Amino acid sequence: MKIGKVVTDAAPASRNRSKLINEKGFFSRLTDRTSESRGKLLIYGSALLMIVAVTAITLFLTIQGLRSFVVDRLNFWTFITGTEWFPDRAKNPSFGAFPFIFGSMAVTFLAALIATPIAIGTALFMAEIAKKWGAKIMQPVIEILVGIPSVVYGLIGLSIVVPFMRQHFGGTGFNLITGAIVVGIMILPTVASIAADSIRAVPDSLRQASYAIGATKWQTIWRVVIPAAGSSLLTAIILGMSRAFGEALAVQMVIGNVGKIPSSILDPSATLTTIITLSMGHTTTGSLLNDALWSLGLILLLISYVFIVIIRFIGKKGEKR
Amino acid sequence: MKKKNLLAIGLVFVLSLTLILSGCGNGSGSSDSSSSSKDSSSSSEALSGKITIGGSTALQPLAAQVAKEFMEKNPDVQIEVQGGGSGTGLSEAQAGNFDIGMSDVFAESKSNIDAKALKDYQVAVVGMTAAVNPKAGVKNLTKKQLQDVFTGKVKNWKDVGGKDLKITLVNRPDGSGTRATFDQFALDNKTPAEGITQDSTNTVKKIISETPGAVGYMALSYFTANDTSVTKLSIDGVEASDENVGSGKFPVWAYEHMYTKGEPSKLVKAFLDFMMSDDVQTKDVPAQGYLSVKDMKVQRDADGKQTDK
Repeated sequence: MKIGKVVTDAAPASRNRSKLINEKGFFSRLTDRTSESRGKLLIYGSALLMIVAVTAITLFLTIQGLRSFVVDRLNFWTFITGTEWFPDRAKNPSFGAFPFIFGSMAVTFLAALIATPIAIGTALFMAEIAKKWGAKIMQPVIEILVGIPSVVYGLIGLSIVVPFMRQHFGGTGFNLITGAIVVGIMILPTVASIAADSIRAVPDSLRQASYAIGATKWQTIWRVVIPAAGSSLLTAIILGMSRAFGEALAVQMVIGNVGKIPSSILDPSATLTTIITLSMGHTTTGSLLNDALWSLGLILLLISYVFIVIIRFIGKKGEKR
Repeated sequence: MKKKNLLAIGLVFVLSLTLILSGCGNGSGSSDSSSSSKDSSSSSEALSGKITIGGSTALQPLAAQVAKEFMEKNPDVQIEVQGGGSGTGLSEAQAGNFDIGMSDVFAESKSNIDAKALKDYQVAVVGMTAAVNPKAGVKNLTKKQLQDVFTGKVKNWKDVGGKDLKITLVNRPDGSGTRATFDQFALDNKTPAEGITQDSTNTVKKIISETPGAVGYMALSYFTANDTSVTKLSIDGVEASDENVGSGKFPVWAYEHMYTKGEPSKLVKAFLDFMMSDDVQTKDVPAQGYLSVKDMKVQRDADGKQTDK
């Protein structure tokens, strides 16, 4: 009885509503709470804005970044592989961006190397060992760490890590490994929280099966949980790496910013982002150095696209398995 | 949970957008009514409107201070002082986005700026010299020695009369006005070797004071009388003091410029006149660590040629 009533009621109501919509003007359609088109417009609009923003940024950076090759006639190959960055030299200024590309890569991989073991350890602790405590205390702590602005990490690096490195390893304390440590600590919470999510997503039946055949807790974690979470753990690490790659402020404060390929991890270095933030404000729009900095920005964007492609690729592979 | 987060992010986004939009929109209109009663006697013809100043971060504190005083005298005027760097100052002044573009360097030195279209106001002079870590044991260098140190020919302080300590260079970024001035007048246009690069003078000073054997350069105002954390270097036996810069004996100094695009409007002209007034030049300019242009016995053109006034 009840069902029948609902059905008979619903039909005329929806007909009424569609009639209403047709009768109303554009603005009242947007302001009416029950209107369908309002929500539709909002959602479609947001999606469109997102696509337009990404396309516009890519296009803008491409156009600006290609200027140094098209307008200023720099050789693309020598720009990428050259090792001398002397844009201000009076006689034959040279633009070789390889030290910065190398520096960015080195900081990123070293930071991942430092952060990964600690982050996955933390994630295992939260998701496997101390589940209640982990969810109640560790999770908020990590969320706070994610929220700390990078300039704070930079300041701490400058006033604690740099003097520490200077006292124990000599030199100035401004070097590649200091940068990697600061960035590694910075990406640690990001990696840890995503890794914890992926460990929690491993079905309990796997763990129970492992215990059932007599495996210890450690054996279960090492042989069952980690392999099962494998591809999403990798995604977590690469997401952290892409954050490390784009970090400018904290790195700039501790890495020393020397445009030379470092001969060891205790040598100062520079990254793509630090050279852009250091020099951009001093250049005039359209000057050679300004265009060259835009080209560095384009390289940065392209490499971070590569990171995203890798994440998608790993994600797909994980689904198939 | 997720939906709520999305909603919150969306709300923050919309809010920030409206803030930005309203910030652009109101300009001088809204603040006028409330402050008009405070000071109406200062000038017979009341100035009103908005000035945007931006560029060199070295000049920013002085400009902000003078702008504050100017706004106190003329409550209907709104002045906004931004940073951004000398290059930004020149570009935006040329594009007409800044009413006044601040720069540490002559517009002529930037190849793609049409210096003829900009009007130059030299509002202050800044002297600078090399700063050395006290452990190096060096107080004076000849210009030749200084160049050897910065071009990397000399790698140890003992070779220029100091202690047995490795030299560590602290540079400024390419295009920086401080670097351009130091390269031109202290190093005679020689290219310095690669070294640690930092933009902010405070960071540079911190690095030099903490790193044994470090050497860099900074404006004279950052060397204070009782501060022994860094050693102020004399060049060719001439002390880097305000008097020696003023008399032209010490060569490493530069003008701080304010550029307008063509002739300034009445309001901008009034501000620049105030900037050059004795009041500001004898009080605010030295207080912010600059030399007044009026104290200079020598002058310099865009090519760096120095002549007596």
